[in-house]
Amino acid sequence: MIASVAVNWTALEPVLPELLLIGVAVLLIGFDLFLPRQRQLLPWLTVIGCLTALAMVLGARPAIGFGGMLLADGYAMVFKSICLGTVILTTLMSERFCAVINLRQGEYYSLTLLSLVGMLLMAAAGDLMTLYLGLELMALPIYALVGLHKRDGRTSEAAIKYFLMGGFASALLLFGMSLVYGLTGTTEIARIAEEITARQLTANPALLLALGLLLTGFGFKVAAAPFHLWTPDVYEGAPTILTAFMSVAPKAAGFAVFGRVLYLGLPALHDQWGPILAVLALLTMAVGNITALCQQSLKRMLAYSSIAHAGYALLGLLTGTIEGLAAAMTYLVMYLFMNIGAFAVLMLLAAPGRAGESLDDCKGLAARNPMAAALMLVFLFSLTGIPPTGGFIGKFYLLKAAFAAGYTATVVGAVLFSAISAYFYLRVVRYMYMDEPRQTDVLHVSPGMSAALGLCLLGVLGLGVFPGSLLDWTLAALSGM
Amino acid sequence: MSIPLLSTLIFFPILGGLSLLIVPRQQTATIKIMALIVSLIEFALCAPIFLLFDKTTFAMQFVEVHPWIKALHINYALGIDGISVLFLLLTALIIVLSILVSWQSITTKVQEFFISLLLLEGAMMGVFCATDFFLFYIFWEAMLIPMFLIIGVWGGPNRIYATVKFFLFTLVGSLLMLVGVILLYQNGGHTFDILKLAGQPYSLKLQLILFWAFFAAFAVKVPMWPVHTWLPDAHTEAPAAGSVILAGVLIKMGAYGFLRFSLPILPDATREMMLPMLVLSVIAIVYGAIICLAQTDLKRLIAYSSVSHMGFVTLGMFALNQHGLEGAILQMINHGVVTGALFLAIGMVYERTHTREITAYGGLATTMPVFAGFFLLFTLAAVGLPGTNGFIGEFLILLGSFERAPWTAVVAASGLILGAWYMLWLYQRIFFNEVNEAMHGLKPLDLREILTLLPMVLLIFWIGLYPNALLGFLHVSVGHLLDQVNGLGLAGQAAPLTLALHP
Repeated sequence: MIASVAVNWTALEPVLPELLLIGVAVLLIGFDLFLPRQRQLLPWLTVIGCLTALAMVLGARPAIGFGGMLLADGYAMVFKSICLGTVILTTLMSERFCAVINLRQGEYYSLTLLSLVGMLLMAAAGDLMTLYLGLELMALPIYALVGLHKRDGRTSEAAIKYFLMGGFASALLLFGMSLVYGLTGTTEIARIAEEITARQLTANPALLLALGLLLTGFGFKVAAAPFHLWTPDVYEGAPTILTAFMSVAPKAAGFAVFGRVLYLGLPALHDQWGPILAVLALLTMAVGNITALCQQSLKRMLAYSSIAHAGYALLGLLTGTIEGLAAAMTYLVMYLFMNIGAFAVLMLLAAPGRAGESLDDCKGLAARNPMAAALMLVFLFSLTGIPPTGGFIGKFYLLKAAFAAGYTATVVGAVLFSAISAYFYLRVVRYMYMDEPRQTDVLHVSPGMSAALGLCLLGVLGLGVFPGSLLDWTLAALSGM
Repeated sequence: MSIPLLSTLIFFPILGGLSLLIVPRQQTATIKIMALIVSLIEFALCAPIFLLFDKTTFAMQFVEVHPWIKALHINYALGIDGISVLFLLLTALIIVLSILVSWQSITTKVQEFFISLLLLEGAMMGVFCATDFFLFYIFWEAMLIPMFLIIGVWGGPNRIYATVKFFLFTLVGSLLMLVGVILLYQNGGHTFDILKLAGQPYSLKLQLILFWAFFAAFAVKVPMWPVHTWLPDAHTEAPAAGSVILAGVLIKMGAYGFLRFSLPILPDATREMMLPMLVLSVIAIVYGAIICLAQTDLKRLIAYSSVSHMGFVTLGMFALNQHGLEGAILQMINHGVVTGALFLAIGMVYERTHTREITAYGGLATTMPVFAGFFLLFTLAAVGLPGTNGFIGEFLILLGSFERAPWTAVVAASGLILGAWYMLWLYQRIFFNEVNEAMHGLKPLDLREILTLLPMVLLIFWIGLYPNALLGFLHVSVGHLLDQVNGLGLAGQAAPLTLALHP
């Protein structure tokens, strides 16, 4: 390949949203340094930047950038939207919460945006190189973010733990990738599939080892059991706002590359990874749901519940069908709204000097603030999967896809675990509605928080009652794959 | 039909319930009056359906079909036939009465209570109107949320245990049904339309799997023996309105589910499983009645009597003949009226005495004579005295089951005797005997309470003396259902023929 001397600026078109976000991130750092008194503007600047990027992502034509390194297709668009949506929602909620827990602000927003850029790259990765680049760009700012709250001992522990585990997972992933490269001679995901067929590698033990390593690495990233062990501690130790962010966006980005590699790169090995993922999915649901049963901390319970939800999403991925992939993507969109919503109500409970993270703190919430309790009720029922919420439609679509692909036993298992999950979600409802309040102070709801809660409610109920357009969107996004 | 009557019926109470949010929380009187008005308008909305309903056809009427989720071939499809039309009326009536009986007994979180009640009404209407299996499932599950809150927030001392048990039992059953629904979708030509799903040639093995998957959901809801154990707890701990709705409408949905899905879609499995179902029904009848004799708690006794009475309903249903099925549907309505009325009455007396222990009562006939009169009437209807509605339903069911398998009728009839025993004994212990000290000076029924009970009295006699008023709705639809079960009504093309067979 001969590079032309003149820079071809139009080649940058597929990464315009990413470039914009990097610009905003730099701007945020500058703003924080030179205009420290205007810090209250930072979240709004972040939101405006993300909204612009979201508009650009949604408006962009499908394109292949940098000779196949970046695939800005419909698939990438869905995952990019999920990640952008997470950042927009959490940023809206951040203002008051950061003030309550004394989080230093400027770094928070710029690091979030940089991590977001990594996720967008992951979503669009068409090459193992870009994939890994995006993965690291996503992870490094989060390591720093988790430890940002220096005065809390738990967050430091969480940061170290997350860093070590993340590094370990990356190493396994790299090992797997290098094996794939060695066998196929290419890092371009689409060509890997061609080479595997051409060289008849499907039964090659080295490729199977590579598959195992890749599954382990991705399993770490999406927190699937038995690679989930870091999750509860990290989620509990990190500031709640970050837990909300981490439980959705990096997970969605993880699923994006997971799906891309399995569907685009290794479809020939579906006979191998299908059953493995089925076992992982069941295990993840079992661990998440059963361990959540006995938690006393609401935050930790939500951490385990997010593990369980990764298990449900795997249910779509393991099918190896377009319908299954569409179902997993749909589910992640629903999950974005319901999970962020639940964390938002949890954040409302925090007060200066009191974490407000235990189940006792939500006792009598219906008496303290009926609106917050009603919202939490909707989010929890959605997480359980009760109609008419989005959680039900998402779960139904997943079950249907897995069923159609022939994984009957897995579906029955998923259904039973989701019945178990009802118990711990309902426990929160019970505490909110059927107990007397422990604290009587008034909850303070900032305008940004109200907007975020409103959006989440709209998402959960709107997508629950009118899911048609979302399903069409995800299916259309996959039409090229 | 230019006006979407059924959609109005579903969404009017939902919107009405949400409109209560506008009223400030402190103005409880306004909230109650608004809720009552909404429920009364809803009841009035049933009138055109009742009057315009065409009794001469089994086809779905007032049909509304709109594409809803195109990617999954799911339609927003509504329609009613002779089997469902009566339940709409019953639901609307029961909700009006539940609002009336909660007038003074609900003192905390009043706004939330009436919103839950009206949302529940909308979902229940949806269950009876839906002709798309997916839509049905949505309403079926959505009912759980308000009911969970009604029992859990406003119930008795042990309410949390009761409501979680209720929720988990029903949820597990429903989720298994959901798997069945997906299985049916895969094998039934990728549609959720009930009419298209019925009459397709499924293999017997598939039908049996589906039958048990649906059984999990419907039997829990009925409740059939041995999955009835949530009912006594839920009934006992629920507030009066909750018990009335549970007894009046909610547990009918299980039986309705059998009628709407299991029987027409899975005819071979239904015939195959008839005997086990009859046995379970008979066990429920006798077991429920015997347990009643040992109860010391007033509401618990009525709850177990529900198990026994619902045993009659499933007995008639699985007798799979015209008499049995018509009797079963009629008995569902009867049980809703009579047991609903009993729970209303118990709610009223509980408001005064705050005890459910039967031994704490005694001599109420002296202190509350009007109430005693009402209760006597309801007791006799529950026992099935000729002239009351209970007699007609039970007689038809016994007739039907005798035609099918005489021994079931013989055993079931013993349930009637036991029923007379426990109900009359209960009446004796509460209303006769010496006047218990705590029972002196109880406030007599006021006008609101009498107005609450009066419609039930009228219904008991109206159905008891002129059952054809309701049976007329059933004949054609039940005949068609039987054709489907017997494999005659394949996919609708045999429709004119079946009409000729059952005029």
